[in-house]
Amino acid sequence: MKDDRKRSWLVSLALVAPLVLFLVFFFAAPLYTMVSAAISDPIGARALPHTSAIIERWDGTSPPSPEMQTAFAEDLRAIDDDQLFGDLVRRLNSAKSGFRTLMPKTRNAVKADPAANDLVAIDERWSDPAFWQPVKTATASTITDRNLLAAVDLERSTAGDIQEMPEGSSANRATLIRTFVVSLSVTLACLLIGLPYAMIAASVDGWKRQLLLGAVLLPLWTSLLVRTAAWFILLQDNGLINSSLTALGLINSPLPLIFNRAGVIIAMTHVLLPFMVLPIFSVLIGIPKNLMPAAASLGAPPLRAFWNVLLPMSTRGIVSGSLLVFMSALGYYITPALIGGARDQMISSVIAYYATGAANWGMAGALGLVLLVATLILYTVYLRLSGEEQAKR
Amino acid sequence: MKLLISSLIACSALIGGTLTTQARDLTVVSWGGNYQDAQKKIYFEPFAKETGKPLLDESWDGGYGVLQAKVKAGSPNWDAVQVESEELALGCADGIYEPIDWSKLGGKEAYLPAAVSDCGVGAIVWSTGIGYDGDKLKEGPKSWADFWDVQKFPGKRGLRKGAKYSLEFALMADGVAPADVYKVLGTPEGVDRAFKKLDEIKPHMVWWEAGAQPLQLLSSGEVVMTSAYNGRITGINRSEGKHFNFVFPQSIYAIDSWVILKGSENKDAAMDFIAFAGKPENQSKLPEYVAYGLPNLEAAKMVDAKFQPELPTTPANLENAIPLNADFWTDNSEELTQRFNAWLAQ
Repeated sequence: MKDDRKRSWLVSLALVAPLVLFLVFFFAAPLYTMVSAAISDPIGARALPHTSAIIERWDGTSPPSPEMQTAFAEDLRAIDDDQLFGDLVRRLNSAKSGFRTLMPKTRNAVKADPAANDLVAIDERWSDPAFWQPVKTATASTITDRNLLAAVDLERSTAGDIQEMPEGSSANRATLIRTFVVSLSVTLACLLIGLPYAMIAASVDGWKRQLLLGAVLLPLWTSLLVRTAAWFILLQDNGLINSSLTALGLINSPLPLIFNRAGVIIAMTHVLLPFMVLPIFSVLIGIPKNLMPAAASLGAPPLRAFWNVLLPMSTRGIVSGSLLVFMSALGYYITPALIGGARDQMISSVIAYYATGAANWGMAGALGLVLLVATLILYTVYLRLSGEEQAKR
Repeated sequence: MKLLISSLIACSALIGGTLTTQARDLTVVSWGGNYQDAQKKIYFEPFAKETGKPLLDESWDGGYGVLQAKVKAGSPNWDAVQVESEELALGCADGIYEPIDWSKLGGKEAYLPAAVSDCGVGAIVWSTGIGYDGDKLKEGPKSWADFWDVQKFPGKRGLRKGAKYSLEFALMADGVAPADVYKVLGTPEGVDRAFKKLDEIKPHMVWWEAGAQPLQLLSSGEVVMTSAYNGRITGINRSEGKHFNFVFPQSIYAIDSWVILKGSENKDAAMDFIAFAGKPENQSKLPEYVAYGLPNLEAAKMVDAKFQPELPTTPANLENAIPLNADFWTDNSEELTQRFNAWLAQ
């Protein structure tokens, strides 16, 4: 008996093993890497052990002492791994511009002469406390909140208090808010078009239904980039839309449809519409067709029948459709980059810059984490609200 | 139990099968568009024919993080990559490139001094400047001040989305002499001045990212003028019979280099490829397709005189043009890009 249970347990484990492995490799592990990249900061302490011990006692404003300089020079001589040195330089330069050229110069000088411990003689910049403060913060601890704070435009002052970044130096918060606004607008637009569409598709049958569903499904089989490029061609000033409107005499000068918010929302709505239509449609076809005539026979006018009967019954489809569209819209990158103007870029383009452009994985991870947390909060609020709604009924 | 084991084996076989590949063909990565089409004709295909081995070519849009991530992950899937000057400087300092065997290239003295590095070999000298459609604008812009003048030249403008180049061009438009641009940009006031100048033109801007985009913007008439790469402009004139013009005065030239990613499994073949692309008789064919300057001195001499007026390296075109200061950008890129993005978002 016991063997039997064990056997069936193993069988079920075997059956879910591919799923579990998939989730671990492609979900849990990347998520863990992202979080740890955002908060870990081990480079300074690993590359500069001597400096780390000495600079701890430095007050952060007085001129750098000879001991600090000697320790720093010794640490630099000890670094053999070029990639570790590269990581260190990147870490310091992202806190203060100038380390990129300063560090290789200093390293070459101290390596060439084992007695050269006076860094100020090598480069004037070492006399400036502003270049030592990043060294102090980089070596102070192996975990940091620097990236997370920077992701929402905050920083720590030299005294260690959290403060706003100077105006005009960073716009992550504005970009995050914009990301949510655009996603929400796209979700609403998809709902406005997708709900009636799904209702029509569910109310007809035969070839008409096939045609309607095909029109939604067909774009799903085309690459996102191709669809975006197609919108680019349609929306531009000499594009199909503007030239036919001008030819019809409806407008005199082309409508500004591209490189602005309107273009982004049009293109994203088109791309994401199937994710709204399909869930609603699948719920609607499960609703008995005689409910609406029944409501009518009880005296409900069409609008009331829709409001009291059809809409509540299709809520599940609307909810899952909206969530799908909203969540996918949050990560959009190519469409805003090609169709949008400078003020329509979403957070993923900033994340992509830090990851691929600057190789600053900490910032990329922190921005991703902030986006994830903000989304989870919205999702929880949403679940709460829809839960209350259901409890009321 | 048996089922569990076989399931695990199946999974690992599946994952292993997709992750491990057999010996990869030599992969060369360049900038795409009509430039890469030309490279395909004069470098990639002849080299594959000569060695009898297939050569894969891919294109990319730059970004140091891409290369760094590939090397960090171990056994990169690219071998030879054409990079911009800061990517060369950054990667050389970080040790993510294989050292270059200059003996295969005919020694360092065969090249322009600026094209020689321990980790890279100059591939082209190229310029970024104003491009416009000569069919639509008979009297075109002559300077960045004209580019900023929306009264004289009404219409939208294009610039590459990024702090690099935009700030330099803004300063030149504001009257800074080309030779002093990096001196001014090196001060906080200079940076403020450049951003203030960019404010003026912001409502008229279209920002592009890939090198083929400005041509598309000009062809469709979406912009009246845009910053563009000189080689692409002459390239499209030849291939599609357009009459686009490129303004050499106040342009910024830079050198792109071939590098080999550290740990590449085809590093010897990649080195042979770079040597092949550096041979004067091969390199001198490039200006026939795209008008980029040649870093190999012998090759530069072999170029037909009729192509000279289009090359960034021709003395008349170098007048009033400045070299890109890669050191400035390796130091300041992250800070200025962050500020630029914040400026864009406002």
